[in-house]
Parts: sequence; structure tokens; C-alpha cells
Amino acid sequence: MYAQMVDTGASRLRSREEMDADEQAFQARIDDGQKIEAQDWMPEGYRRTLVRQISQHAHSEIVGMLPEGNWITRAPSLKRKAILLAKVQDEAGHGLYLYSAAETLGVSREQLVDDLHTGRAKYSSIFNYPTLTWADIGAIGWLVDGAAIMNQIPLCRCSYGPYSRAMVRVCKEESFHQRQGYDLLLALCRGSEEQKAMAQDALERWWWPALMMFGPPDADSVHSAQSQAWKIKLLSNDELRQKFVDQTVPQAEYLGLRVPDADLRWNTERGHYDFGAIDWSEFHAVLKGNGPCNRERLQARREAWAEGEWVRAAALAYADKHAAAERHSQAA
Amino acid sequence: MNDARFECLLRLGDNALVLAQRLCAWIGHGPVMEEDMAQANVALDLIGQARLWLAYAGELEGRGRDEDALAYGRDAGAFRNVLLVEQPNGDYAQTIARQFLFDAWHHAELSALTASSDARIAAIAAKALKEVSYHLERSSDWMLRLGDGTAESHARLQAALERLWMYSGELFDADAHDATLVEQGIVPAPQSLRAGWLQQVGAVCTAATLTMPDADAWMQHGGRQGRHSEHLGYLLAEMQFLPRAYPGVQW
Repeated sequence: MYAQMVDTGASRLRSREEMDADEQAFQARIDDGQKIEAQDWMPEGYRRTLVRQISQHAHSEIVGMLPEGNWITRAPSLKRKAILLAKVQDEAGHGLYLYSAAETLGVSREQLVDDLHTGRAKYSSIFNYPTLTWADIGAIGWLVDGAAIMNQIPLCRCSYGPYSRAMVRVCKEESFHQRQGYDLLLALCRGSEEQKAMAQDALERWWWPALMMFGPPDADSVHSAQSQAWKIKLLSNDELRQKFVDQTVPQAEYLGLRVPDADLRWNTERGHYDFGAIDWSEFHAVLKGNGPCNRERLQARREAWAEGEWVRAAALAYADKHAAAERHSQAA
Repeated sequence: MNDARFECLLRLGDNALVLAQRLCAWIGHGPVMEEDMAQANVALDLIGQARLWLAYAGELEGRGRDEDALAYGRDAGAFRNVLLVEQPNGDYAQTIARQFLFDAWHHAELSALTASSDARIAAIAAKALKEVSYHLERSSDWMLRLGDGTAESHARLQAALERLWMYSGELFDADAHDATLVEQGIVPAPQSLRAGWLQQVGAVCTAATLTMPDADAWMQHGGRQGRHSEHLGYLLAEMQFLPRAYPGVQW
């Protein structure tokens, strides 16, 4: 999921004639559908954009552990507790996987994590919303992971080899998470009136933020054209959002839940759902740091890192001591 | 006759469940991402074990209580875990010391239970033992890293070890239930595991440049009989709140 408004450094798409020979050859490889690997020559803008996109994705996985982690200790059955724990663990794995993919581009995990903690790097706006009830865990799986998959399945075909391969694995796990989220909500919707109300409330709070995950409308998305030319973005924000709405509305109906959009209706002519206007002022406010949980999320990550400093230092010191002892014994 | 076995299964199940619940609180807040994954792994293993033990306990009891009824429907006084596992996470040193002291016992206990005359207990123990072998390896590694790491990590781990030590004696307590089950060849005599445990803990402490506290120090008792520390009530309040707020529904 989880990469929004990635800055490409380009204000417009340049023509072939404006590129030098290296760039032309690079673009020709991409147009030909070849994968770019870590050791290949690449334009600086491509490298920088990918670092931003992949690290934003990695940060989102790690910050995304917090709203869901919030409910592990309160999961209402042992089976649900194990499922949620495994899911949050998968997210940590995705984060590590993606940081490794970013490291192939010549940055270190420490640098990237530092960028997150100092606020220079972004993560998906969705994780700045609170998980208030158990139904939110279902809504995140169904809607947030659902939106993520929508975004990430095309990325399995993206031009950068390490990123595309990471996406293949991540997508498999995410689709499992989506089904688990839906299953959780199905249990609530088949349960008591109170449980069903909990599910409805969750859908009402998560629906619009989920639609915002795809980023601003295409007309306002200045970096999309360059990213699409580089094939590190394969479908536009609006295309993905429409696909998501078309897929999700029937699923809501099956649950017996009402999507909180008075303008939502099937358009026979277009063969798609029409849906209401998104409040982009909220999206931009959340991105700027003014969502309900921005401060808590970042603070939790900073604290974990700061409080873990002595543990990391100890592990390093121990490894150094023993590496030295090993060298000594080999020399003797 | 099944009373003793029911008690024994609750003890095994509650140890795993309560420690898993503690570890769950670390996820997303660990010192390094790899540790979040490792803690989640251990917690997942323990939840899986708790489910097997508690499900069997419920069947033996024959009153229709399943794993969730036992996990979510009992108050602190009915929990049978040792005091050690309910102790707060504290800093990473305390979490690691608690894990290591428990793992060293857990490994020995499960090894012995693989020879239990109760075939189902033996089977669950055999499955759990594979997982706990890894838990012990991991917590021993961290004892070494923190004990023999920096001056700060050494001091923190030594303090954690001393703080938790008084909860280790209970692992080897025996009561009438134990006596019944030992006689039937269902469980090992708790005391029989003590010498091996002391030897293993002592060896790791030495390698980690730590001082093992006095084996004959004053020990706390009571968790296995349902007399717990103040911490367990809060742990259960958090864990059980949903099924208690919405009784009688499916999740």
C-alpha cells in the first residue's frame, strides 16, 4: 500500500530528445519490459524516487503495526489473538523485506528509520486513525489491506527487480490478511445487534480514509506521469480507487453493512459505481501531521527506538567482542 | 482422579497463556524489528500450546468449558500459572531474564512430559518441546548478549535476575495434585527438575559474566494454587474485557 504522493523530483515529463544517451537507453529497457537490477545504471531521479516510495512503504508497515497491535492483548478469543498476532508479525516481516529492497539502492536502514523519526519521511495517512473497537481490526484487514493489495498487485510488475519481487511475496500475505479481516467482520455481522453495530461503526469511520489511501485525484497528482513512465506506478490513483470501490461495495452488501456515502450508486452506462466527493482537506491535514493519532504513532516509534538503544548497543558490543576473540583464536 | 490432571493442565496452559499475553504487549515496541518478529513467534507458540492444554483441560472437566471459556471466563484466583510469568515486562533485560528462567524450566518439564503415561499430554509436550527448544536457545543467547554486552546491559540484566529470582522457586513446588500425578506417571516430580535447572541457569550466568543469585534464597509461592501477585488481575482485566462486556456471543 502505503505510498502516497511520492515526490519524483520532476515537474513535468521530459521528452526522449531531452534525455542523454544513458537515460534514453534506460527508458528503452523499461519500455521493453526489462527489469532494472541494483547493479544497473539508473537515473538519479529514478533511484531517489524509488528510495522514497519503498521506504514510505516500509515505514507504513512498521507504523501500521501500532493500530493493530493495540488490540492483540484484547482479542476476544485465543484463535483471533493468534491470527492477529501472526498478521502483525507479517507486517514486521514486510517492513524488513522492504527496508532490504531499499538498501539495494544505496541507503541504510538506520538512515531511513532516522528519516521516519525526524518526520522527514512519510508513511501512509491511514495509520493515523485510531482503532477504537475490535471491529476496527476487521475493517483494517478488509479495507486497508484490500486497498493495499489493489495498489500492490500491479507493483509486482514494476520495473525495479528487488521491489517487484518483494511485492509478490507481500501480496500473497496481504490477501490472506484481507480475508481474515472480512471473516472477523462476518462473525460480527452474524452476531448480536451490538456486534453488528460495532461493525457498521467501523465501516463508517474507515471508509473515507481507505479511499484516500490511493492518493489525490489524477488531475492533482503531479508526480504520477513520471512514475508511470518509469513503471514504478502502473495504474493511476483514480483508476485504483474506482477498482477498489467496485470490488468493495458488493462485499459490504453481503455483510449487510451500509457504505456511508449518500451518492454511491451503480452507473450502468460506465459499468462502475459512482461515489461521492472525498474531503481532501482532511487528507492533507492528516499528511501534515494533524490526524487523530499522528503524534502518538511517531512518539511510539521514537520511544521504542530510544528505549532499545542500550539493547542494540549490547548486541553489537557482544558481537564485536566475540568476533575479536574468534580472530584471536584463529591466529593462535 | 481427574481433578489432579485438570489442575495440571491448567498450570501448563496458564503458564503459556499468561506469558504469551505479556509478550504480546511488546509487539511494535521492541528494541529492533527483528525482535518484534521473534517475540511474536514465541508468543504465537505459547498461545498455540495454551490452546492445546486448555482444550484438553475442558474436555477432562466435562462441564462444557472450551479453551476460550477457560481463558476468558476465570478470575485471577482460578488461574494456576506460576508467579514468574505474570511479572511485568519491565525493560528488555527483565523480559529476557523472565523468559530464560521460565524457558530453562519449561524445556525440562516438557522433555519429561513426553514420557507421560497420558498419551495426549505426551503428544502435546512433544510438539511444544520443539518450539521451546528454540525459545531456550534464543533467551540463552540474549542472556549472553546482555550479560556480556556493555556495562549498562550487564547491570540491567543482573538487576533483573535478582528481582525475578524469588519467583523461580515455585517452579519446583509440589502439592497433593503433583503427588497423585507423579504416582500415576503422568508428570515428573517437580523437585526432580531442580538440579538440572540450577546447573543450566548457572552455566549460562557464568558464560554471561552474571552472578547467579543464591539457590537457597527466600522464594515466593502460591501461583500454582491460585494466590497471585497484584499484576495478574490487571493482565486479565485487559485480556478478558471483550467477552465480559459482551457475554454469550461468538467472535
